[in-house]
Amino acid sequence: MSSSAALRYDYHHRAATRAAVGTSFLSNGSDSSAGSPGSHPLNGQTMTGSQILLRAIEAEGVDVIFGYPGGAVIGIYDEMHRLDLGFEHILVRHEQGGTHAAEGYAKATGKVGTVLVTSGPGATNCVTGIADAYLDSIPLVVFTGQVPTHLIGNDAFQECDTVGITRSITNHNYLVRDINDLARVVKEAYYIARTGRPGPVVVDLPKDMLAATAQFEYPDEVNIRGYSFPTQGDTAAVEQAAEMIARAEKPLLYVGGGTVSSGAGPKLTAFARRTRIPVTTTLHGIGAFPEEDELSLGMLGMHGTWYANQAVQNADLLIAVGARFDDRVTGKIAEWAPNAEIIHIDIDAACISKNVPANCSIQGDAFHVLDQLDPLVEPKDTESWMRQIAEWKKTCPLECPDDEFLRPQNVIKALREKTNGHAIVVTDVGQNQMWAAQFFSYVEPRSHITSGGLGTMGFSVPAAIGAAFGLRNARRMDPSAQTPDLPVISINGDGGFLMNAQELVVAAAHGIPLKVVILNNGHLGMVRQWQELFHEERYSHTDLESTNPDFVALAEAYHCVGLRCSHPSDIKKTIDEAWEVTDRPAVMEFRVVKEEMVFPMVPAGAASDQMITSRGNLRDVA
Amino acid sequence: MLTDQQIFRRRAAGQPVFEDEREKNHQHMITLRLENTIGALNRVINMFSQRGFNLTSVSVGETNEPGISRMTLVTTGTDRIIAQVVKQLDNLIDTLSVDDVTEAPHVQRELCLVKVAADASNRSVLTGISDIFRGRVVNITTETMTFEVSGPPAKINGFIGMMDEYTILEVARSGRIAMRRKMEFEEDAE
Repeated sequence: MSSSAALRYDYHHRAATRAAVGTSFLSNGSDSSAGSPGSHPLNGQTMTGSQILLRAIEAEGVDVIFGYPGGAVIGIYDEMHRLDLGFEHILVRHEQGGTHAAEGYAKATGKVGTVLVTSGPGATNCVTGIADAYLDSIPLVVFTGQVPTHLIGNDAFQECDTVGITRSITNHNYLVRDINDLARVVKEAYYIARTGRPGPVVVDLPKDMLAATAQFEYPDEVNIRGYSFPTQGDTAAVEQAAEMIARAEKPLLYVGGGTVSSGAGPKLTAFARRTRIPVTTTLHGIGAFPEEDELSLGMLGMHGTWYANQAVQNADLLIAVGARFDDRVTGKIAEWAPNAEIIHIDIDAACISKNVPANCSIQGDAFHVLDQLDPLVEPKDTESWMRQIAEWKKTCPLECPDDEFLRPQNVIKALREKTNGHAIVVTDVGQNQMWAAQFFSYVEPRSHITSGGLGTMGFSVPAAIGAAFGLRNARRMDPSAQTPDLPVISINGDGGFLMNAQELVVAAAHGIPLKVVILNNGHLGMVRQWQELFHEERYSHTDLESTNPDFVALAEAYHCVGLRCSHPSDIKKTIDEAWEVTDRPAVMEFRVVKEEMVFPMVPAGAASDQMITSRGNLRDVA
Repeated sequence: MLTDQQIFRRRAAGQPVFEDEREKNHQHMITLRLENTIGALNRVINMFSQRGFNLTSVSVGETNEPGISRMTLVTTGTDRIIAQVVKQLDNLIDTLSVDDVTEAPHVQRELCLVKVAADASNRSVLTGISDIFRGRVVNITTETMTFEVSGPPAKINGFIGMMDEYTILEVARSGRIAMRRKMEFEEDAE
């Protein structure tokens, strides 16, 4: 099938060009699917629903899908076996892992992640990943099988109300009831997933729709009359923002995930450096601005730096770029940023003034709004403000003693040294996540991937696998071979690691040289920390030490290399050994001290400047 | 003396600052045009429970535009909450337009059916009450009468209140429908 081969090349080439441009296709208001090839060459051919689905996915420029077969989707898998398609299918080992892998892929590449699962349990197993993608605005299209339309509502085998279950955790969802809608629905799903505020879209596919036949008509354009989003900000609002910035004496850029996902990281960096406005990022904003820069204050919020929170509390202007004033950022909202006026730039109107009312609202894409704002803002004299910040940085820096204990923070620092910051770090949830956010010092957008909104344990391993596939494919498709070969590091605690460890088999099967770190403190560390600090050391059900598996043996059972490190002097050696493994994942278990806590910390319900900075000052705050 | 910013933050945290109209809960009538597709109604209702918004009444029906239905929602909240309700409704893909008509000159109507136990002894009294409310008798049996009355909710409540002096067997209310008196562009021109 030569035409098919040509087609495949074409899609890959286009996807590669799109990735190489770097600016996200989110920013374009019209249908920016560079995958729309004018009229599709297969238009007019009679196909089954399964074939239409696969050809439509291919036409979207997808290079990999993560899935798990089952009765309701067996027809799709059958066609996948027969057809020569422009994308590969990765068989995950649990549907939740599939959704996280698609999330990791989307976060690393900026493209839409694709998942294909069967009905019933296949769909419900995806729910956690879909909810995760919804809260973190990750573009995902999840195809779920469904029982035949005549059985819907009959409590049939492996039936569940997928659209009902996923309604409140998706940007939109579809139940395909007419095969003639299928191609259009697929195109719309990808369009809704990646444009506006990105997010997950579910497409539920009854089995009879997949078996029926229709003419393949892949639409060239998307036309959804109820869906629109601005890219440019309102000119008057942008001018007002510029005036507010000109007036401010202690301005602070508060940068969130929208900056990274819209591809505005480099613009923001240039803007901050030129105007001399300091920058703090949220957990998802990490990487938008290089943390080595003197203007960087690192992360703000509950486990942010002390100096970032001090700056927020003292700033007279906060410029929020693609951030949503989450409760983990604001703490006690009534006392948050008491002196600051607020400029809020966000693509989602409903996000603006949701938690904290903005003085100046700009609905638009960070990428374009920064373009509009930049020429209106003169460089500022922030010297005395920066001097104050420098003092705060000296007062309470992020640090960790280098002593005889194997401390998790020092593992993160060693990984930073090994990679010089040029890596993709995918964290799990809890203490490991916060240490990875605090101590790695990120320099590039998309180099930090985590489950921030939903806080899903078990995220890291599958998401890292997805990110690794994304990078591998981007390298394969990059005609200029300029996509760097970045190591993908999965950072886990011993609790979360076990939640999706089975996905290591997938990485091993494909020879992905993932670097998996387990910071094993024998406990559910973050919960243990709260129990120690706020629950009088009643360690209820957080001790895993005596029942943990042998992680090295487990790694080897999953065809990975297993390494164990129990002493701080071996950290570097262990990492070096892991980096020598190039044909499979290397799992490094670090037996870290269990008493280590994440500091500084804003206790729940406290104001942002009331941080616990060490065990010693706990009583002062309380 | 609170700064503007402190006032903002207190409001954000749901703490009252002044006994200000904006901080009180008010009833709002919001009209929607939405795709007449399976699940669209669900999406709207679901959003209210998902986000913890209050929903007092819903009515929905087809319009003159093919494939488009119109919905009138009655919800209660502070100005800040209502602004969120409107934005979240607008975010739904099936929503074509959202309009909070509360502040604008508008007409609102609700239809109500009331079935009352009635026999020869009180039929004329009941009919007399109904006439005052511009109601109509839509059904009569040897033991009951069913009245139809329409109007703004206060009128309906008044009618039901009067009928409550007798024996009400059943009440069915349609929920409110509302419409601006003028088109938005007319108001903008003024």
